[in-house]
Amino acid sequence: MKNWPLWEIFVRSKQGLSHKHVGSLHAADAEMAMQNARDVYTRRMEGVSIWVVESVHVTASDPDEKESMFDPANDKVYRHPTFYDVPDGVTHI
Amino acid sequence: MEAHLEKRFQDKIDQEIKIEPKDWMPEKYRKTLVRQISQHAHSEIVGMLPEGNWITRAPSLKRKLGLLAKVQDEAGHGLYLYAAAETLGVERADLVADLHSGKAKYSSIFNYPTMTWADIGAIGWLVDGAAIMNQVPLCRCSYGPYARAMVRVCKEESFHQRQGFEIMMTLCNGTTEQKEMAQDALNRWWWPSLMMFGPNDDESPNSKQSMAWKIKRFSNDDLRQKFVDVTVEQAKHLGINIPDPDLNWNEETQHYDFGEIDWEEFWNVVKGNGPCNKARLDARNKAHDEGAWVREAAVAYAEKKRKRKEKVA
Repeated sequence: MKNWPLWEIFVRSKQGLSHKHVGSLHAADAEMAMQNARDVYTRRMEGVSIWVVESVHVTASDPDEKESMFDPANDKVYRHPTFYDVPDGVTHI
Repeated sequence: MEAHLEKRFQDKIDQEIKIEPKDWMPEKYRKTLVRQISQHAHSEIVGMLPEGNWITRAPSLKRKLGLLAKVQDEAGHGLYLYAAAETLGVERADLVADLHSGKAKYSSIFNYPTMTWADIGAIGWLVDGAAIMNQVPLCRCSYGPYARAMVRVCKEESFHQRQGFEIMMTLCNGTTEQKEMAQDALNRWWWPSLMMFGPNDDESPNSKQSMAWKIKRFSNDDLRQKFVDVTVEQAKHLGINIPDPDLNWNEETQHYDFGEIDWEEFWNVVKGNGPCNKARLDARNKAHDEGAWVREAAVAYAEKKRKRKEKVA
């Protein structure tokens, strides 16, 4: 094997926040990926929890299809609160 | 078609929209980034060698802890950067093979020897200082994964420079002999540090395209000037002298004028004839070859664990 498999690393920076992608690394298995992630990405108290996911298991959207994927949301202003009129003086809404 | 895509690509760059791994990009943009990011990664890895030379001989436990942490950071920086390069469709093993065969370049500064403890101070202060000057603008580089890696690198790098300056300060406040050691280190590292910014702008043919692609934000000479301006002031605090008789404050430009860099020396070291080029490559190859069994054992152990788990299930 030329390279160990690639792993994506996600770190929760503190309780109450979600895990965020911080980078990737090579490791022979999940346990080693976890140990290396700890040494590489949390040397300065950057996290309280780590997820490691083998990169091959990530399915990504295709950037060439960005328009057909995301543009339909563009003309649906009625999904936002500011689309609806409420007279001045009406509060708590 | 290609021209259309290229225009859309440049429009994105001009609007400061980052380019991400799977986005369309000109082949030359991709190649330029692979070369630059991998050279940068190699520099972090080879950069551990001159400093590693002093870990066992650090003058106190505090200094040893600081230096160990710095060298460990550099291994991490190499890893972030190799990972960023891999998003462009190359494999780390191939990049590393190019370093070990001598095909790929790394920063020439690491081909100079660390002869005294003061060199560790000078490297942190000057070499990391120059690296920060180069790297801070790279945090805004147009390629997303490189920019993100640089944000992490820059955060960690400022500790490196400060630990170096503190070592210099301690020596300069010490005995006459210690201060002479600091001066000697400055004498040897000053000019190679200025060379770290690369050739003069008119000798740097690829710079223009890199600036248009916003991989590069400032020219070599602009960054070098900025480095000289801030570092000369820092040297005054240390009470040691920059080894350049032509160094003078210029009221008109509000910058320091400085002497001509020895470009013959620069190109000579780039070509492989510096004092430590061979030693650095030998050390890298030795570590890689002698570590082969560890890599193989890790794969075998992972496989064994996987099979055992399967049996239980």
